[in-house]
Amino acid sequence: MNTLIEVSDLSKTFTLHQQHGVVLNVLNGLSFSVRAGECLVLHGQSGAGKSTLLRTLYGNYLAAGGSIRMLHDGAWVDLVGAEPRQVLAVRRQTLGYVSQFLRVIPRVATLDVVMEPALARGWSKVDAETRAKSLLSRLNIPQALWQLAPGTFSGGEQQRVNIARGFMVAWPLMLLDEPTASLDDANRQVVLELINEAKAAGSALIGIFHDRAAREAVADRFLDMTPDAAPKQEYVYAS
Amino acid sequence: MSAAEKLQLHNEPVQPLFSVRDLTLLYGPEKGCQGVSFDLYPGEVLGIVGESGSGKSTLLSLLSGRCPPDRGTVSYRNSDGRLVDLYSASEAQRRTLLRTEWGFVEQNPRDGLRMGVSAGANIGERLMAQGVRHYGELRAAGIDWLSQVEIDPLRIDDLPRTFSGGMQQRLQIARNLVSSPRLIFMDEPTGGLDVSVQARLLDLLRGLVRELDLAVVIVTHDLAVARLLADRLMVMRRSHVVEAGLTDQILDDPQHPYSQLLVSSVLQP
Amino acid sequence: MNTNEIYTRSEPASVVGGRSAGSGMYDVVHEDAEHRPYANQAGAVACEVGYNFAYLDEQTKRMIRRGLLKAVAVPGYQVPFGGREMPLPYGWGTGGMQLTAAILGADDVLKVIDQGADDTTNAVSIRRFFARTAGVKTTTRTPEATVIQTRHRIPETPLTNDQIMVYQVPIPEPLRFIEPSETETRTMHALEDYGVMHVKLYEDIATFGHIATSYAYPVTVDERYVMDPSPIPKFDNPKLHMSPALMLFGAGREKRLYAVPPFTRVVSLDFDDHPFAIQSWDECCAFCGSRESYLDELIIDDAGSKRFVCSDTDYCMQRRDAEEEGAQ
Repeated sequence: MNTLIEVSDLSKTFTLHQQHGVVLNVLNGLSFSVRAGECLVLHGQSGAGKSTLLRTLYGNYLAAGGSIRMLHDGAWVDLVGAEPRQVLAVRRQTLGYVSQFLRVIPRVATLDVVMEPALARGWSKVDAETRAKSLLSRLNIPQALWQLAPGTFSGGEQQRVNIARGFMVAWPLMLLDEPTASLDDANRQVVLELINEAKAAGSALIGIFHDRAAREAVADRFLDMTPDAAPKQEYVYAS
Repeated sequence: MSAAEKLQLHNEPVQPLFSVRDLTLLYGPEKGCQGVSFDLYPGEVLGIVGESGSGKSTLLSLLSGRCPPDRGTVSYRNSDGRLVDLYSASEAQRRTLLRTEWGFVEQNPRDGLRMGVSAGANIGERLMAQGVRHYGELRAAGIDWLSQVEIDPLRIDDLPRTFSGGMQQRLQIARNLVSSPRLIFMDEPTGGLDVSVQARLLDLLRGLVRELDLAVVIVTHDLAVARLLADRLMVMRRSHVVEAGLTDQILDDPQHPYSQLLVSSVLQP
Repeated sequence: MNTNEIYTRSEPASVVGGRSAGSGMYDVVHEDAEHRPYANQAGAVACEVGYNFAYLDEQTKRMIRRGLLKAVAVPGYQVPFGGREMPLPYGWGTGGMQLTAAILGADDVLKVIDQGADDTTNAVSIRRFFARTAGVKTTTRTPEATVIQTRHRIPETPLTNDQIMVYQVPIPEPLRFIEPSETETRTMHALEDYGVMHVKLYEDIATFGHIATSYAYPVTVDERYVMDPSPIPKFDNPKLHMSPALMLFGAGREKRLYAVPPFTRVVSLDFDDHPFAIQSWDECCAFCGSRESYLDELIIDDAGSKRFVCSDTDYCMQRRDAEEEGAQ
């Protein structure tokens, strides 16, 4: 299987100008790569920088150094130092991100929220709707809610809407930030199925899973992010 | 990957629609704007944020051809693919651009609408200026655009002053979009509206921007509006652009001390 | 060419007028003539003492004539001029009078109409004003006149190439209704930015189902400038097109003058699916029976009975005279 993402010597610092210019070194000299059909699970205690890494990979946080190279549209692109429109093109075509938090857009119906990534790629409205409806059904969102804006939904429902949106289109690369957190068993199972389907379809996945069962169900390798666990190492999950 | 996706990828234009270099107009030390450069590509939405008096509105005036800069250039690639230098073009060319390929949505709809003539005439004006001399066509365009901006087409003959603030703003948007512009400037388009009306307008704008593949320069002091609409942001302070980049990156991981202050000063509801 | 004509016919005339101003005869005869409006007035009358020929001083008249030359050279373009105070209020035709004064020669024959009539107060007083200050012949008969000052109408009798029409204009700027700024309207004219003109016509159709603008109906002159043809009914707009007579427009309050030279294309604005059309009447003139002329509506009794008569009194009178002659 071919490599889809290659991270080398990645570092991320935060300079808090509001707090006397304190500098936090969160990521330091991080290198790894993920191949198609593989799921890399980030491992480490809370505060080890797992979420920061995902956000940096997504371009949401600005990397302080190193490179994040991804295979986008048949060519390698380095997201560190890329133009905003390049990052957006990568996000539209190549790089998907599923978090547990839905950023609610006022007044937009659930179905439209879910369909959006497909429409952004130029799908027809009919195709997008068919796929969105099947995902919402699988994730047990009652049909009565589809035409409502998700702003008023419960936390679990919002999370599942967000997952449906995340899996709406096929992503060569997916970043998963605790997609199964606080879901009941049935729904967690659906999400794990979706993840495995994505893997089988050749996506490369990088995820955070606090829940051990979920982790073991999807992980191919772990990246240990415990501070001072130098040298940072990758090891193949032995099972 | 579907054929449609491929097509969209390979059609991605490599040339910017709008290029700005070293744009400067100063009314006094750090009053106005200076040294602004950027490229805007078709379909891209650029937000300009910053506190009052930071030079946002001055910059927007310079960009939209409303007042000439002290120095610097603004160039636009028109629909024929030719590059037009805004401030060396003739007044006639500039006006033609402004009412055909460009649009300007004012903060106060009263500044952007003709309050004395009906909604339909407001929408039709740009078409008439372009030489449409068929009443039936103008009428059809008016009805079509009223429904696109979610105003009851039955109100086509009503005067804008009988409309609510949100409707007036939507009418102003329709009036601008009727000529199929490629670049729209917006000055605090949701500024004077209450929150529920704002949300509806933002949603409408998002949809139209994507549907029509509009390039937009939007000035706002509302970071939530910026997050919803803009692909990228420029943060201005005291006439300078202090930080520029991807919208969510600037809002979630601001680098410049001023950007950090700006982001952290927002009240979270 | 008429540009020349203004110059040659008025320059020597004003010199003559200047000399003759001193002759000092009071014209009672003329007063009598006014009471018989349809009688031919023969012979020039002498001028009032103390006034320059045609009231305005020579420098002012030259200044206006220079403006007129420019206006004729750029058909439909509004030329600013230094308007003078005239001995009657703005809105009573001061703009038209200044133009008339500037072009009038001693051998000119003047006709003045107001609402098509020669015998209304304003028409009478303007005619008398020039008879007294310039001593020119006046007439009510269109074919005899060399200069015709008007506010609301173009005579029904076709004009000829040795006649000049002078229009009294209240608001010369056709864009004013939508654009209050003078700087902006001038730029719009300069850039031929006339899209808004159709906004008004659009509003008419939207409100009334047809273009309801019935007077001061905007026209494009020589495919360039949009012009307000003063408050003539749109019925008269086609008479502007390719007219052999020179048309001069003067706005006293706004101090603007403009012109349509002879044989100039003058096109009324319209929509493809709502073409320009002039008013028409089911009735004919109650006096002369004309079906071609512009008719005024008269209420003749308390029951609201209506009759329609020609607005052009001279045209009506001539048709009746011709009929009588025919009958004899």
